[in-house]
Amino acid sequence: MTEPQYYQKLKTIVSPYLPDDVSVDEIGIDSHFLNELNINSANLVDIVLDVEDEFDIVLENDDMEAMQTVRDAMAIIERKRSS
Amino acid sequence: MNKRVVVTGMGVCAPNAVGLEAFSKALAEGKSGIRFQPELKELNFGCQIAGKPNIKHIELNNYFTSIQLKSEPGSGLKYGVIAGVDAWKDAGLGIEKEGPPDWDSGIIFGTGLLGVDRFRESVSQIDLGQVRRLGSTAVVHTMASGISAYLGGILGCGNQVTANSSACTTGTEGILMAWDRIRQGNAQRILVGSSSDSGPYIWGGFDALRILPRAYNDAAEKASRPMSKTAAGFVPGSGAGAMVLESLDSARNRGAYIYAEVLGGAVNSGGQRQGGSMTAPNPLAVRRCITESLSIAGISAGEIDAINGHLTATSKDSEEIENWSMALGRKGHDFPYINSFKSTLGHCLAAAGSVESVGVVLQLRDAKIYRNINCDDLNPAIEQKVHRSRVPLSTLNVSPEVIAKASFGFGDVNACVIFKKITD
Repeated sequence: MTEPQYYQKLKTIVSPYLPDDVSVDEIGIDSHFLNELNINSANLVDIVLDVEDEFDIVLENDDMEAMQTVRDAMAIIERKRSS
Repeated sequence: MNKRVVVTGMGVCAPNAVGLEAFSKALAEGKSGIRFQPELKELNFGCQIAGKPNIKHIELNNYFTSIQLKSEPGSGLKYGVIAGVDAWKDAGLGIEKEGPPDWDSGIIFGTGLLGVDRFRESVSQIDLGQVRRLGSTAVVHTMASGISAYLGGILGCGNQVTANSSACTTGTEGILMAWDRIRQGNAQRILVGSSSDSGPYIWGGFDALRILPRAYNDAAEKASRPMSKTAAGFVPGSGAGAMVLESLDSARNRGAYIYAEVLGGAVNSGGQRQGGSMTAPNPLAVRRCITESLSIAGISAGEIDAINGHLTATSKDSEEIENWSMALGRKGHDFPYINSFKSTLGHCLAAAGSVESVGVVLQLRDAKIYRNINCDDLNPAIEQKVHRSRVPLSTLNVSPEVIAKASFGFGDVNACVIFKKITD
C-alpha cells in the first residue's frame, strides 16, 4: 500500500470523530489528533479500534501512546503490517 | 417562603405515540401500543407481547451529534434524549453552545437499568478476553446516569445533574425530587424524566416471575387489562417521558406557557412490613403516601377530580382501589374518576411514572379524562368500591382541576404527586 493510500484510509477513519467545527479538509499529514483536530481523547480509543479493523493489525498500549499525529499513525500501521 | 412550581414543557416517547400531540390523541382514542414481538417468541418467552415506542421516523441527528451516533446508543438512551430535548424545546428554552453552563437549570433523569443491550455486548467482549476492544462508549451508554449526562451536555445545564432509581416509582419520584429542589430555591428549573430500555434482557426477569400475561400472544391489544376481572398480569413496556418543572416566578418572567402546577406530593416505603414485600406494597404505606401527598399539596380529598393509578393489571388492582378509597374517604359515585394508561401503554417500568404523568398533565391542558380500554368487564371487587361510571370507557370532556398520580414499585416504594390546573 502506498503512502497516499494509507493517508486516504486514515482520513476516512478519522473524519467521523471530528468535532462539528473542524472540517475534513483540515486533516493534514502532520495534524495532531488531540491538539489540532480537537478530537476527544475518548474517541481516540475508537479510532484505534477502527484502524485495527481496517488494517487487520493489533495496536498495543505503547502504539496508542505513540500515535499522536496522522503521520505517526501511518508509520505504526506500516510497521505492524510489515512485521 | 417556598416557591410554587409549574410544568412548562413536556416530551414523550411512548409505545402508542411519540410527541405530545400524537400522544394526547392516542390516549383520547384509546390507541394501544402493545404489539406482538417476534423476538420474544424466538426466545421462548411465555409473554410475547410488549409496548415499544416506534422511533423509526425520528431523525436522530436532530438529537445527537454524528460522533455520538458512531456507536449506536441503546434504546433507553435514545428515548430519554428525545423526550428530554423535546421537553426543553417545548418549554421555549434555548440551547447555548458557548459560554458558561446554565447554573439555574438542572436535570434529574431516572432509569432502572440503562443500555442493557450495550452492556451485553461488553460482557461478551470481556468474556472473550477482549476488554481492549470495548470502545469509548461502553461506560456512558450503560451508566445509570447516562441520560442525564447526555442531556446535561446537550443543554449545558449547570445545576444538579443526576439520575434517580426506584423501580416502577422512578418517574413519579423524580418529579417530586425536582419539585422539592425548585420550591426550596436551589434551582430555577429542572428537566425531569425517566426512561426504560426495550427488549428481552429487560423484560425476561418479569417473564420468569410469571407475572406477565401468556394467553394474549395473538391478541396483543387486548392483553393489558387494568381493573378488569380478566386481568392476567402486566404487559411490559418501555419508553421515556420528560417535563420541565420551573418556579412560577421564572415561568412568568419569561412568559412561558404553563401546563399545570405541581402542588407537591409524598414518597415513602412500606418497609416490606405489614403485608408489604419486595414485590407487594404494604397497604398502610400506600394509604399514608396518598394522605401525606394531600396534606403537603394543601388540598382536601374532596378536591381530587381524577386519579391516574399505578394499576398494572394484576390482582393487586382491586387492593390499590381499596387503598385509594380508604385514604380519600370516597367511594361509589363519589369516587374520583380513575384511569390507567397502562391499558394502552403497558407497564413502562422505570419510565411508567414520567410517561403517565405527561398524560395526566395533558388531561388538565385538554380538559379531558382519557378513557380506559380492556376493562368493560370491570373486576367485581372494584365495582364494590367504585361506581362503574367512575372508570370511564370513553374519553370524557369534564375539565378536571386536580389530578393525583401515583406509582408503586418493587422494593415496596411509593410516590404520589398532585397536579393542578393553573388558575391564578
